[in-house]
Amino acid sequence: MQQASLLEVKHLRVEFPTRRGTLVAVDDVSFDIGRGEVLGVVGESGAGKSLTGMAIIGLLERPGRIAAGEVRLDGERIDNLPSEAMRRIRGRRIGAIFQDPLTSLNPLYTVGQQLIETIRTHLPVSRQAARQRALSLLAEAGIPAPEHRIDQYPHQFSGGMRQRVVIALALCAEPELIVADEPTTALDVSIQAQIIGLLKRVCREHHAAVMLITHDMGVIAETADRVAVMYAGRLAEIGPARDVIHAPQHPYTVGLMESIPKLSGGRARLAQIEGAMPRLHAIPRGCAYHPRCPQQFARCTQERPDLMPAGSSRAACWLQARGHDV
Amino acid sequence: MSEVKPLLALRGVGRDFDVSRPWLNRVLEGAPRRLLKAVDGVSLEIRRGETLALVGESGCGKSTVARVIVGLHTPSRGHIEFDGGELSAATRKDEVARARRRMQMIFQDPYASLNPRWRVLQIVAEPLRAQGLAGKGVIRTRVAELLQQVGLSPEDASKYPHEFSGGQRQRICIARALSTHPEFLVCDEPTSALDVSVQAQILNLMKDLQEQMGLTYLFISHNLAVVAYIANRIGVMYLGRLVELADAKTLFVRPHHPYTRMLLDALPDLEMSGRSRTPVAGEVPNPLDPPSGCGFHPRCPHANQRCRSERPDLRARHSGAQVACHAVEEGRLSG
Repeated sequence: MQQASLLEVKHLRVEFPTRRGTLVAVDDVSFDIGRGEVLGVVGESGAGKSLTGMAIIGLLERPGRIAAGEVRLDGERIDNLPSEAMRRIRGRRIGAIFQDPLTSLNPLYTVGQQLIETIRTHLPVSRQAARQRALSLLAEAGIPAPEHRIDQYPHQFSGGMRQRVVIALALCAEPELIVADEPTTALDVSIQAQIIGLLKRVCREHHAAVMLITHDMGVIAETADRVAVMYAGRLAEIGPARDVIHAPQHPYTVGLMESIPKLSGGRARLAQIEGAMPRLHAIPRGCAYHPRCPQQFARCTQERPDLMPAGSSRAACWLQARGHDV
Repeated sequence: MSEVKPLLALRGVGRDFDVSRPWLNRVLEGAPRRLLKAVDGVSLEIRRGETLALVGESGCGKSTVARVIVGLHTPSRGHIEFDGGELSAATRKDEVARARRRMQMIFQDPYASLNPRWRVLQIVAEPLRAQGLAGKGVIRTRVAELLQQVGLSPEDASKYPHEFSGGQRQRICIARALSTHPEFLVCDEPTSALDVSVQAQILNLMKDLQEQMGLTYLFISHNLAVVAYIANRIGVMYLGRLVELADAKTLFVRPHHPYTRMLLDALPDLEMSGRSRTPVAGEVPNPLDPPSGCGFHPRCPHANQRCRSERPDLRARHSGAQVACHAVEEGRLSG
């Protein structure tokens, strides 16, 4: 974190023009990730966390578009690049891992063919050397007997093994940034633990920056150095993982943490946040969370809070301006 | 346990699925019949008013158990008793129908389990109509009452499912399940499609309803933390068999079976205590070709020759837990 950040996102805004007006799915989101750092992005469905990731890797589906703000990779702007230039960056400098490993792999090609193609697209190596590299990547991703597995098709792999292949694919060209969108959500807990361990090791050994998008606070607690909590398209809170989890500052983060059942919690009643996240066409005025917030006051209904210092984190909450302790 | 009769009892229940190639291929290629034993020899009892949870990873057979109980699958082996009466083809049809009326099911995906072309009124009233329990005039008031019970408003009866969020849809599913005054609810992953804050609302609602109506739940889930919150007793399944059955408290404080220990160990640590974790090795084997002996032995650090050849049965421990493990039984594994 002392060194310059690898990824800088500033005031990012993603819009979807529709017949009934423009929907703002990501609104004024700013954060950065350093080399070798894992930033966890959490939020419930519809919070805009996946769209933020898609905007960064330049895969927003039309009619969605980046309406404002910028994305910089190692100082260079990448949000306004022509699609051809962006395609070279994607895969070479930014690797992506998605939720469902079956849809990220082509069922008609062997795992080896897909790895070799990706390697040779981005690196000037011979077919032979690419195959060697593919083998060592599969081994690194924890696939037993890679010499045998490399010539098999995706359907011959189990879910956990497929996700390992996808991780190997993302690592093909030694990317500086890895965007992982719900990489463990489709997997069972025992496999999830293995994949989390693999991601952590890869990040450490390759000194890559990782943006880990998930709805699972447990995964964040295990993996992330810092956490960004999103709500209704905006950052609600961002800070060191330990502090956000143990001493959340934003009332939404507090509610979210309390509503997670814990093994140690036994059968004591769960705290619940009333209501649901607003839909995009009906985001309330002021702070988007105020209708559900137990601590709202007049200012929350009128003015939208920006991130402000809160303990060792930053939170977008007027309570902080009041000097209140949450 | 013996003095109180259980509401539901499974005795050696098994369910096979025929996954053979088509008949012609079998004849021409000499391919054998292949049976997938999704559930094999599961015995358990559920007492009135309690919540029994079944946990396990995908493919362990927990949902098949749920479906066998409510009659969506017929059992291939074993007996199911509901309130003392046998539920099987041999029993008189109307008796079975009467018993089935007293149980209902809630499914995982509230987007797939509601008919998008029906209004909520029709959806919630369908079980009443199907079982001829209510006349036209009564239905409207009964649905309004049900919607209020699950935290919706009576006006929602005239809306369509798409007008609701995931959590609200699951409330509609619960209202539908409650419409016939069932005593026993089978809930198959009712919250796993929901966000955590909404999950908390639904779990709390289910607990409140249980208290108010004295409901009995069979709760299927892959999430141990959710199960710790909702269940009185927990059964852990692996490859179609129960490997451990214990009180919720006992299971989390003193897990016996190596698989249970592994599952607990694999849970992400929200407390960030930095506890050391034994890495979990391997994956669930193909159920078409299950390992000999104990199904868990290829992944088990304590497996020996006996585990590879002889299948362990559930045996009671001092703690009251029932465990199917040779290592625990022989004392090779502490606990």
